[in-house]
Amino acid sequence: MEKQDPKQKLRYNSIYIDETKYKTLLTTKYKNRKIWQKPNDNLVTAYIPGLINKILVKEGQKVKKGEQILTFEAMKMNNRVYSNKNAKIKRLFVKIGDLFPRGTILAELEPID
Amino acid sequence: MPLKRKIQELQKKREQVISGGGEKAIEKQMAMGKQTARERIVSLVDKNSFSEYDLFVEHEARDFNMDKKVLHGDGVIIGTGTIHNKPVAIFAQDFTVAGGSLGLMHSRKITKIMDYALKMRMPLIGINDSGGARIQEGVNSLAGYGEIFYRNTLSSGVIPQLSVILGPCAGGAVYSPALTDFVFVVDKISKMFITGPEVIKTVLGEEISMEDLGGARVHSEITGNAHFFAYSEKESIAQIKKLLSFIPWSNSVEQEVRKVKEPKRQFKIDQIVPDNPKIPYDVRNVIKSIVDDSDFFEVQERWASNMVIGFGRIGGKTAGFVCNQPLVLAGVLDVDSSDKAARFIRYCDAFNIPIVTFVDLPGYLPGVDQEHAGVIRHGAKILYAYSEATVPKITLILRKAYGGGYIAMSSKHLRADFVFAWPGAEIAVMGPEGAANIIFRREINEAADPEKMRKQKIKEYKAKFSNPYVAASKGYIDAVIEPKETRNLLLHALKVSEQKSIGGPKKKHGIPPF
Repeated sequence: MEKQDPKQKLRYNSIYIDETKYKTLLTTKYKNRKIWQKPNDNLVTAYIPGLINKILVKEGQKVKKGEQILTFEAMKMNNRVYSNKNAKIKRLFVKIGDLFPRGTILAELEPID
Repeated sequence: MPLKRKIQELQKKREQVISGGGEKAIEKQMAMGKQTARERIVSLVDKNSFSEYDLFVEHEARDFNMDKKVLHGDGVIIGTGTIHNKPVAIFAQDFTVAGGSLGLMHSRKITKIMDYALKMRMPLIGINDSGGARIQEGVNSLAGYGEIFYRNTLSSGVIPQLSVILGPCAGGAVYSPALTDFVFVVDKISKMFITGPEVIKTVLGEEISMEDLGGARVHSEITGNAHFFAYSEKESIAQIKKLLSFIPWSNSVEQEVRKVKEPKRQFKIDQIVPDNPKIPYDVRNVIKSIVDDSDFFEVQERWASNMVIGFGRIGGKTAGFVCNQPLVLAGVLDVDSSDKAARFIRYCDAFNIPIVTFVDLPGYLPGVDQEHAGVIRHGAKILYAYSEATVPKITLILRKAYGGGYIAMSSKHLRADFVFAWPGAEIAVMGPEGAANIIFRREINEAADPEKMRKQKIKEYKAKFSNPYVAASKGYIDAVIEPKETRNLLLHALKVSEQKSIGGPKKKHGIPPF
């Protein structure tokens, strides 16, 4: 919280707790908080930043549950990424040599029953 | 050689070492707005009170042509001095010598002064300004850090440990400050991080400046690693001296009693807290209306500011204040504010500083982000810290005290010694709106005019439960008091609890929810 000029009138926001509305100031951290979304398990998302060094599938290819999709290097280790279901590779968002931050969507799967 | 010549030789040797990394490096240091390590020590201690040790220590590294390199003082100054006429131990890394990098002898100088500080029970002040481990010395520099961390932990709770970050402090080096009690940072000068912007760029392709990654503001406002933020080195040093005026020199000394000055008249205690519990105010004004000379020294002012912590004196003796701040996030408990308060409570307990708690909160902050960030685990810290603390604990409920927040904020149930409440206090399981909606759900839903019924039920609940008398009737509150009686009552409560002595079951140590 920045120091407030006492002469300046404070602009309050409100916050609800147990159905009661309280007037108050908000912190930047609170304002910047991420709104939760249900994770989509058809998306292969990077749980760590890394570098793609092997891709074993092509778009449109069918994979079995537990089949390897790609390998990336992170923290001096090769990490293998496997399919979590029987699926078709709908899209590949990365190619060999790509650097990516955490949370990047690497591929999208289309489930097959 | 006659003695005179020997003395001249000593003087020459001293001068050489004191020149640090040489003129060019010193110029560079000054261009960054930084003082030299020696200047910093001089401005910190009482005039002419500093004695330096290990001036002639040299490194013993042989690899990578290190044997040909002379590093004056091995990049760090250690010694003892006085502040407020009381002894302190100091080390200051000298960035002008090999970037203040930490090698084996450098670390041995630091651990030597740490050992003095612990043995002689005086505060340790570490001035950090270092590029990190001296890579040429390999695993020896890692060993050096480890030895420092061990001593930080050993000294924790025995002597105050202060870390002043006046330059870079990166990689393993950050963990010494993190283990100490108070971290001081200066805008645009302090930089703390585990992996720097360059590594992040090569590994992640993310570009970020040192300032945005781990500058003084980041650690004062976002991470909570720093306790005191200053705009200049001069201001930072004034903050250190001010802090040292409040805290005991070790865990085994009696508190000094200062001359008592009454609070300033501009803080009118009965006009600060609005009657309507939904309207905010600045709880620091309540503190200032009670402490001696209205002098309140806030800790971690910019981080988790929905909780206010800091030091003030009542009747000439220091107390630690832990207060909900309705001005920010309605004063809720959340992950950060619980963390902040819990650590401060443990500090006060370790150094025999009584804890004064002011309560005005609607409860814990709801939200997925809080739940997923572990508000259960972090929120438990404050319960643990209050329950565990054996120093005098005095609680004053200013206004709202709802639900879990009421329990957590030094309630009678966690063994507060005295709990007082102002007449406007509302001690209840939750706010009247929420409670009425649950208790009278059926009546409200089945009423011809549900909204009217809801309002009526809220009113009924308020009349019956939104006061301090229900809790007072059960002895959970010791006294309901008028605001103007507060200072005298706190003085009295602190006085009678001075000889407080309690014991629990025998154990090695508990397992706090870290």
